[in-house]
Amino acid sequence: MSCQDHLYRGMHPRDVSRRWFFQQCGVGVGAAALMHLLAETGHAADDPLAPKAPQFPAKAKHVIFLFMAGAPSHLELFDYKPQLAKFDGTLPPPELLKGYRAAFINPNSKLLGPKFQFRKFGKTETELSELLPFLGEIVDDVAIVKSMVTDAFNHAPGQLLMNSGTMQFGRPSMGSWTLYGLGSETRDLPGFVVFSSGAKGPSGGDSCWGSGFLPTVYQGVEFRTGGDPVLYLSNPPGVDRQLQRDSLDALKQLNQMRLDVTGDPEIATRVNSFEMAFRMQAVAPDLMDIAKESKETLELYGAEPGKASFANNCLLARRLVEKGVRFVQLYHEAWDQHSNLVKDLQKNCLATDRAAAALIKDLKRRGLLDETLVIWGGEFGRTPMVQGGSDGRDHHPNAFTMWMAGGGIKAGARIGETDELGFGVAKDKVHVHDLHATMLKLLGFDHTRLTYKYQGRNFRLTDVAGEVVEGLAA
Amino acid sequence: MPANIKNAVLAGLVAVLIFQWRAPAQDDSLGRQAQAILAESCYGCHGSGQQMAGLRLDTGVRAVVTPGHSADSLLIKRVNGTDGPARMPMGAPALSAEKIATIAKWIDAGAILPAPARHWAFIPPVRPAVPATSRPAWVRNPIDAFLAARLDREGLNPSPEADRATLLRRASLDITGLPPTPADLDAFLADSSANAYEKQVDRLLASPHYGERWARIWLDAARYADSNGYEKDAPRLVWFYRDWVIDSLNRDMPYNEFIIDQVAGDLLPNATQAQRVATGFLRNSMVNEEGGIDPEQFRMEAMFDRIDAIGKGILGVTIQCAQCHNHKYDPLTHEEYYRIFAFLNNANESDILVYTPAEQAKREEILRRTAEIETGLQHRNPDWRERMAAWEDALPAQPAWRTLELAVDDISTDGQREIPMKDGSMLAQGFAPTQHTVKFTAKTDLARITAVRLELLMDPNLPAGGPGRSIHGTGALTEFRVEAASAEEPAKFTKVKIASATADINPPESVLEKKFDDRSGNRRVTGPIEFAIDGRDDTAWGIDAGPGQRNQPRKAVFDFEKPVENSGGSVLNLYLKQNHGGWNPDDNQNNNLGRIRLSVTGAPGAVADPLPDAVRTILKTPRAQRSAEQDQAVFRYWRTTLSEWSAENDAVAELWREYPEGSRQLVLAERTDDPRVTHILKRGDFLQPDREVTPGVPSFLNPLPDGAPLNRLTFARWLVDRRSPTTARSIVNRVWQAYFGTGIVATVENLGTQAETPSNQELLDWLAVEFMDSGWSLKKLDRLIATSAAYRQSSNVTPELLAKDADNRLIARGPRYREDAEVVRDIALEASGLLTDNIGGPSVYPPAPSLLFEPPASFAHKTWNVAEGPDRYRRALYTFRFRSVPYPALQAFDAPNGEMACVRRARSNTPLQALTTLNEPVFVEAAQALAARALKEGGTTDRDRVAYAFRLCTSRVPTQAERDVLLALLAKEDARLADGWLSAPDLAGLKTGADSVPAGATPRRLAAWTAVARVILNLDETITKE
Repeated sequence: MSCQDHLYRGMHPRDVSRRWFFQQCGVGVGAAALMHLLAETGHAADDPLAPKAPQFPAKAKHVIFLFMAGAPSHLELFDYKPQLAKFDGTLPPPELLKGYRAAFINPNSKLLGPKFQFRKFGKTETELSELLPFLGEIVDDVAIVKSMVTDAFNHAPGQLLMNSGTMQFGRPSMGSWTLYGLGSETRDLPGFVVFSSGAKGPSGGDSCWGSGFLPTVYQGVEFRTGGDPVLYLSNPPGVDRQLQRDSLDALKQLNQMRLDVTGDPEIATRVNSFEMAFRMQAVAPDLMDIAKESKETLELYGAEPGKASFANNCLLARRLVEKGVRFVQLYHEAWDQHSNLVKDLQKNCLATDRAAAALIKDLKRRGLLDETLVIWGGEFGRTPMVQGGSDGRDHHPNAFTMWMAGGGIKAGARIGETDELGFGVAKDKVHVHDLHATMLKLLGFDHTRLTYKYQGRNFRLTDVAGEVVEGLAA
Repeated sequence: MPANIKNAVLAGLVAVLIFQWRAPAQDDSLGRQAQAILAESCYGCHGSGQQMAGLRLDTGVRAVVTPGHSADSLLIKRVNGTDGPARMPMGAPALSAEKIATIAKWIDAGAILPAPARHWAFIPPVRPAVPATSRPAWVRNPIDAFLAARLDREGLNPSPEADRATLLRRASLDITGLPPTPADLDAFLADSSANAYEKQVDRLLASPHYGERWARIWLDAARYADSNGYEKDAPRLVWFYRDWVIDSLNRDMPYNEFIIDQVAGDLLPNATQAQRVATGFLRNSMVNEEGGIDPEQFRMEAMFDRIDAIGKGILGVTIQCAQCHNHKYDPLTHEEYYRIFAFLNNANESDILVYTPAEQAKREEILRRTAEIETGLQHRNPDWRERMAAWEDALPAQPAWRTLELAVDDISTDGQREIPMKDGSMLAQGFAPTQHTVKFTAKTDLARITAVRLELLMDPNLPAGGPGRSIHGTGALTEFRVEAASAEEPAKFTKVKIASATADINPPESVLEKKFDDRSGNRRVTGPIEFAIDGRDDTAWGIDAGPGQRNQPRKAVFDFEKPVENSGGSVLNLYLKQNHGGWNPDDNQNNNLGRIRLSVTGAPGAVADPLPDAVRTILKTPRAQRSAEQDQAVFRYWRTTLSEWSAENDAVAELWREYPEGSRQLVLAERTDDPRVTHILKRGDFLQPDREVTPGVPSFLNPLPDGAPLNRLTFARWLVDRRSPTTARSIVNRVWQAYFGTGIVATVENLGTQAETPSNQELLDWLAVEFMDSGWSLKKLDRLIATSAAYRQSSNVTPELLAKDADNRLIARGPRYREDAEVVRDIALEASGLLTDNIGGPSVYPPAPSLLFEPPASFAHKTWNVAEGPDRYRRALYTFRFRSVPYPALQAFDAPNGEMACVRRARSNTPLQALTTLNEPVFVEAAQALAARALKEGGTTDRDRVAYAFRLCTSRVPTQAERDVLLALLAKEDARLADGWLSAPDLAGLKTGADSVPAGATPRRLAAWTAVARVILNLDETITKE
């Protein structure tokens, strides 16, 4: 996360930060002198967060990843299996379980039929759970992949794999790769923002949005929905905006004097850091104030000002994308239904279905959907076999469902099929690496060529694998 | 064919490597020509990137050539297309006849490839001659000569020496991580002796804060954190290791010993507690305790992490690249990786009790006084031996117990893993639920069963050795139930009524300690064994006999009301309800049994053997053959059975009530029985073991000493062998990085072939050899660097120099960069006078937003009780480190979170840092305290006070212009306070109790000064080493 390696790119760590503000925030005193110095050293054009053109013309400019942490049941939500219903209460065929490892259950547990009714939605006549009526309203705009597979069947490794392409710690997350590749379009806000709602926090913790060995400027920044949106954003007690301004003015003068003595351009960067912090203090609270949205919009999402919820976070994601934030990730860790499958799925869908669909509708009507890739999914699926009595499912890496919309995704695409029990993939397997490759393609990158040299080796988000899922792109 | 080739490749590889090392000096132009052809046409598919058919020609060409016989060589046949399915190179034009002839000629001449130039870092360093330079007067020690020689070549001049205040601040921050006090500065400025600066360096090196500063640097490499990582990220106890590092560095333990202790301290003869604690280095790997994990999978992850840490932290070679395949760039094979792995693989993941020196003394006193009482008893009862023998002879015979082979119902464990052990016991590992009922099933052909015995066994993988999984290594059994069925009708279970139970420990009823609070509000207790069969969930059999006595095996016997009788054998369901843990399973609140064994007997009236296992074992030795210690151990138990000695027994019990709790520490402990076998893992996957390997070291590094046993201790000694090409270079390079910001080789984690070219290899080699020749003394190395002329230079930079050497790799000026996260925090605490500077002890909890430790920010609730007393202001080194929730004020300044070894930190400069130093509570409290300090100690005028506060932060007196800026701010904010725009108590922190108003000042004045102090603390210069 913070241990990294700029030198393989021929950059001193200091330069990474130095250049960050220099071009975009030329407000600092000493900027002219600095410009002169940097121009002489040929460094001026090398700002790590400056907006960059991708390798190819891109469809998507922003990503909103709705991370349904804990792993939702594909069998109750997306992938209706009549045979699973039929064989409810019987043991799975032994050949299915060969070499299969489960987290909690003995794999040789009875099959559990789907717990909810499905019906058809939209012109595409897409079969969806009765729990997802709002998704049903926009399902024609959405591509659904029913053939996702992953390598991990524990939460933290699974979430790391979904985020960074490996189960191991210390690799950059997809948001960091995106920021590294594309830079940021906002000067006043972080380029990669993370929210968390739900019953628990993400299992992978802070590492889910870490920058790994990439420079720390590419790390995700958590926005909080209670109190300060960013830690320490508010002035301390007794300090008003004027005093903060006066303090920054004094700092600017004193730092300038030191710059004149030492000649170290890092001081100018420090001045700019303080100025950006000051701007963020004004911009971020305003941005987080969803009370400024119309009543109709609030109702669309089911958002309520002042409340911490997934719905509020969806609305905030749209507001951030409007401001140029590159990558927004919403964690909703609530989907680990080892038990209480029925009640908790009802609760989770009530909390998320409307807002996720509203996000698509809202982006679309504002003309933002075309350039914003929205991805919905968890770290793996759930077993067709029961856990406990009759109301739970265990972790399952062999098949699960995700959906995507906007940002160059082919509306209405339906990719992949599972076998009759929803246990394994029968057609068009899509590994997490393939999802990453496709996401990067929509952002304008060949996933094999968005690389970073670390410890003598070129690393990439897709590790040594990944193929673009052609049917997903419009 | 591929299998053959693979074997041949391996043989060839060895041959080639041996050959390459001893390559004769001869004209190898033919070899070069052949190599060029192979490189052009073959290496694409059979080289470092790909090895089609398992063949790699750049290192293993001998697999396909027969030296001296080109016609017999597979290589020639394949390029001619006379053998095999396709002509080589496949899918490409055939080689020209001329090229094939060249290769044939080369094979006939012996197929000798030119000796590759060995990578510089893989040749052991030799001491280079100190070069002559054009500026001998500038040179203070050889470091300067090497640098000056380079500057001469570049046509650059060194910078003038920094002024004294800057120099002392620089050395203080580098050596102790703290800025100098005004008194330190005054003493140095007033010292006119020629060696005034050297004296300061020696003073700093002798400071106990030296160990704190350099421990933090080592702890990055050791990926130290106070929690387990992954989803649960529960707290762990490892601060004894952190303190061991501080202490070892303060004592200037030779670096080679420092490494040996950390890699194999437990294997040293008569290993001390400190040496065992040192192996915590290897245990700093993360532990996944998520429900349902396979512990072996994550033990493997931890092993990979250990090798990575050794590679980056000790060897300076990226060996982890060979975890899944041969190293792409360095000559390290997949097999060699697993041979290193084999050195480390045969160890238990232990968690031992440890004691501070004061606690150690207390323990010794208790043992001594216990022995005195016992000797007194023996003295007053000269016939004790005879009486004890009579007691022993009268001991009732033990029933025959038959161990049950247990199958576990996976669901019943609630995600805990029950691992079958060779002795028939089950070891609980992985996630530890706080309330669950595990169900075991066992079949026995015993026709008549009268009782079940439950043994709680010790295991080195349990906390404090067990026998339970609680924070004390204890556990509690809420209820024990049995069902039985005839083996012939295994589905028809009936409940077995338990008539009575006995145990070798029956503690009095006591309320559960707070750690196990389940938030039910119920009174929950532990007590005698009857509590396990009383049908109540609020009572449990407890085994906690208190500190010093709680970690020993225990047993209980459950007698059936009626025997279970099935002539064809029986199937038993055995339920062990363990409900006496706390509400939060993610915070070490379990109270589970650890390693259990169940057995049955048909004997009537079986009771739990009251004798401790250790005593029972001794009794198996004939009396005449027992040692004095063994007699004493039997006596120690026997005396407790005699009511006539109750006074003495009570006196001993009283003594043991004072036995210290101690702490715990994760360590590595070699397995003595059942040694593990290591396999190559295909693609690094523990589910795909390939062939077995023995311990060994990579052939491109120094060899193992002849005849040394192949164990972890030998490996540790090999790491710091004088002949190691990279070990000494690696550490001196990192020490250099700590002083100058960048290593002589910037890629400090990797000196291999992909490393950056050294900016001055001769200097690196000279330092490495000097370091080893000086007894691997880090302090001598520190002194050498800190007293060099190079280090003393001013860090001011001209545009010309910046253009020529932006990153200061030539050291034509002193280092200037923002300090590490911990130093940034410590500067504010020291300057403001808030710092509590005591050394060592448990990690502390300075202020942090509580929302970080609750869902949905954290996966689950984490305990973070903010310190209100002196621990609020300890050095940042002691801040508790949760891996998944890094302390925000440190994270903002690039402190690593311990998920992997880090030997080079980023140094970013971001708005989040500005928000931290401006607004974070501890920095704000520092501003308030600095204001009060300036008012109290800063003199009689505001000009003096500004200068005083400024000097506390930057070590120098401000210029007139700087003073004016601050005085203007003071005047302006004072006026705004007077006008009521600002609240003085709020700004001065008078409500939060940071400080009272100094004598002669007012809240308004303190508030205005707080504004000024906050600006000074936020100066670039304050958090920067100049």
